[in-house]
Amino acid sequence: MNQEIEKAIRDFIATRLLYSKEGFTYPDDASLLREGIIDSLGVVELVEFLQGHFGLKIEQQEVRPDNFDSVGKMAAFVRRKTSAAAPAS
Amino acid sequence: MGFSKSALNLDAAKETDRLVGFLQQNIRQNMRRGAVVGISGGIDSAVVLALAVRAFGPGRVVAVMMPDKDSDKLSETLARELAAKYGVEPLLEDITKALEGFNCYKRRDGAIKRVVPDYDPAKGYKAKIVLPQDLLDKETLNVFSVTVIRPDGSQETKPLPAREMLEIVGASNLKQRARMSTLYFHAEARQFAVIGTANKNEHDQGFFVKYGDGGVDYQPIAHLFKTQVYQLARHLGVPEGIQKRTPTTDTYSAPCDQQEFFYRLPFETMDLLGYALEHKVPVPEIAKVMGLTEAQVQRGMNDISQKIRTTQFLRLLPPIPEPPQTLAN
Repeated sequence: MNQEIEKAIRDFIATRLLYSKEGFTYPDDASLLREGIIDSLGVVELVEFLQGHFGLKIEQQEVRPDNFDSVGKMAAFVRRKTSAAAPAS
Repeated sequence: MGFSKSALNLDAAKETDRLVGFLQQNIRQNMRRGAVVGISGGIDSAVVLALAVRAFGPGRVVAVMMPDKDSDKLSETLARELAAKYGVEPLLEDITKALEGFNCYKRRDGAIKRVVPDYDPAKGYKAKIVLPQDLLDKETLNVFSVTVIRPDGSQETKPLPAREMLEIVGASNLKQRARMSTLYFHAEARQFAVIGTANKNEHDQGFFVKYGDGGVDYQPIAHLFKTQVYQLARHLGVPEGIQKRTPTTDTYSAPCDQQEFFYRLPFETMDLLGYALEHKVPVPEIAKVMGLTEAQVQRGMNDISQKIRTTQFLRLLPPIPEPPQTLAN
């Protein structure tokens, strides 16, 4: 599967939230909140990033751990939202 | 003894005596001559004032009320009743002008207006920031929304973007920092100590402002869960109106209680979960005792754990590097 979405999310977290020079060094299924990688401010910034970068409209009720608590979950969420928004061929 | 709903029950008389001794010893050791307490009309400052008066007598305790233009008028009424009960003449220090000097309202209201453009406090609009309230029943995150209440009573709630959330919190925290400065003036003018009023929930979960209400000399109730503070309040004879009042933030122009602003749980539930977390009680046992599902218990405990973890910075004393290596060694 194309990993462009995961890469964009990892890069955003590494550069804009962690200020890391080593990149995002955690697995894609690492719990971002439970492992203390980001805090709730980071969640808000990720919501804004996904909306801006992928052109999504994210509802308040979609901001929950099963959509946002790992790189993998966010990527899956982006794929669901973008395929739901894509016109039927 | 296993975990039960009475796990937090105290011998209130014994704990009172212990805390009175704690205050007396610490004040004496640090050559302070009395106590300054900020009284808000809430339960925590009420208990602390009562303890301070028991420890030092009313002549060596200064009680300071510090409202601003957003404060509920009931707060001052209750604070005066409290002070009268314990024989202390309260001082009134309105911090509105100080906050205007800090541009507190301008910064806060400017940020709110960027999110809700018709917000206009000059026309009677009120606002508060809130967290989702369905913590036990849904997987949710601590993401703030702003609620604006219009003069006609209609309300609008919108998610807060990061920049606006930070500015609103930073501007609002000026209130607690202005109060800290005021209390230290009164303490230093008398060589008294500032006595903090944070309870264990506030201290551990980071529901305080660094060098605001967290900037104090002693914290005599920061080891007590809220429900335990209430037990002491009953023993100390804190006025009924304060005991019955719903704990409020009394920070925003719209009424905002502590559950909707931060804790997302009622105290009776949160305190037992916090206690169980500390004592590593197994989740199935907690669920059985509290009449919750295991999933509900886990959600509550995860939220408490996360708040403890992400607010360690607030409890940190400023770290200092190790001494330098000198040429001699």
